[in-house]
Amino acid sequence: MRRVAITGLGAICALGRTTAEVAESLRQGRSGIAPIESTDASQLRFRNGAEVRGYSHQGYFDDRRADFIDRFAQFAVIAAREAVTCAGVEWTPELREAAAIITGSCVGGQSTEDVGFHDVYKMGLNRVHPLTIPKTMANAGASHISMEFGITGPSYTISTACSSAGHAIGQAFWMVRNGITDLALAGGSEAPFSFGILKAWEAMRVVSPETCRPFSRDRRGMVLGEGAAMLVLEPLEAALARGAKVHAEIVGFGMSADACHITQPSADGAAKAMRAALRDAGLSAEAIGYVNAHGTGTLANDATETAALKAVFGAHAGKLAISSTKSMHGHALGAAAALECVATVLALRDGVLPPTANYNLPDPDCDLDVIPNQSRQAQVEWAISNSFAFGGLNAVLALRKA
Amino acid sequence: MSDDLIERVRKSIATSKRIPLETVAIDSDFQQLGIDSMDAVEILFALENEFDINIPDDEVRSVRGVRDMCVGVEKLLAAKAAAAETQAGQ
Repeated sequence: MRRVAITGLGAICALGRTTAEVAESLRQGRSGIAPIESTDASQLRFRNGAEVRGYSHQGYFDDRRADFIDRFAQFAVIAAREAVTCAGVEWTPELREAAAIITGSCVGGQSTEDVGFHDVYKMGLNRVHPLTIPKTMANAGASHISMEFGITGPSYTISTACSSAGHAIGQAFWMVRNGITDLALAGGSEAPFSFGILKAWEAMRVVSPETCRPFSRDRRGMVLGEGAAMLVLEPLEAALARGAKVHAEIVGFGMSADACHITQPSADGAAKAMRAALRDAGLSAEAIGYVNAHGTGTLANDATETAALKAVFGAHAGKLAISSTKSMHGHALGAAAALECVATVLALRDGVLPPTANYNLPDPDCDLDVIPNQSRQAQVEWAISNSFAFGGLNAVLALRKA
Repeated sequence: MSDDLIERVRKSIATSKRIPLETVAIDSDFQQLGIDSMDAVEILFALENEFDINIPDDEVRSVRGVRDMCVGVEKLLAAKAAAAETQAGQ
């Protein structure tokens, strides 16, 4: 089995348009949550979101190309470009043939679909735009990345709600580790700020009417986010041989299904996925220093995740540094695990653990060290990043400092 | 609280949860009825449609049973009627 290096990072979200900007926001504990701009929120029970504010395709795509790409897939391509440039990938015909692309997306091109449905249902029009299907499909991100770089290897999209990108990165990690490919682009992207989707989230009664305060006793729910993050993965040995900078290693991947309830989280399922990631990495629980939590800021998730961490780590749970960066970049659904994987890589690489922002009050049900409000300087060797989706499908990545 | 209101709340709960109406009594609590958080969200949706009201999240946090729910709906209906009266007065 080969060791797997992360040699390229790309990110765009409410915290910035590049990985460097995102890193700076995380370091400062600056939340990107603000009043929703891209959709009229006056008829909603909540007002705030973590958007890529002021985003326009201009500067990224010419107008005609942008016609073909929904916002969620534009984010995927933008993050992939940054990751490829960051890694200094030297494309050869052989590499283009072998490289893999695995993206995650929960809802695909919802804004495009919303416009089409509005036309037929509300406006009574008899036709929708012919690009509605290719712009809406959840795999559009992977498809446009493949066209961008001329990659013809195994490429697909995974949709497991809030774990989508975790499963995507985990699969890509295993493919590189097992010699199935010598380079993989993996991550996730999402742009869920369409009126229909926001109404559907409102009906679930899990979105905070103010901000996102994970693990804080006064937490009132999640806040939706958007964006993308992509990683370039390659065998460590090959990366070092070509002189590439290694930002971190992925060392383990664990999955599980709660088999319990379609929306309520289960501590057993979460614990099982964390144990599977540790086992896959060959790590003892005591090795882990930092946990990027799923930490949605709902009453149920944060208490359940705390219980799961205690079940897996025992007495060591009290020594873990844990944070939910969703407090800053929001819950970007199918992109969440990719943004959080990047946050975890940056924490290991830069020796700065991102905080849980907007934290007010200790909760006896969430009584672990959640790095409240201020980032922390700390050299950590091993970390995990948790993702626990609606539907009970869980993905946990284990990472190592380079 | 009118019998009609109680009847409509009981019916909304029974229909939404797909349980016999007679199992939903005014003093039933949600735990007894096996109503979990997602069931509760669906019941709120059904009640909002049934009574044409908006039920804010803050109003439902302390609701544990059918009686609490009826009291809450009655309060929101009264507020709605008062608002309509004010509007008519203007």
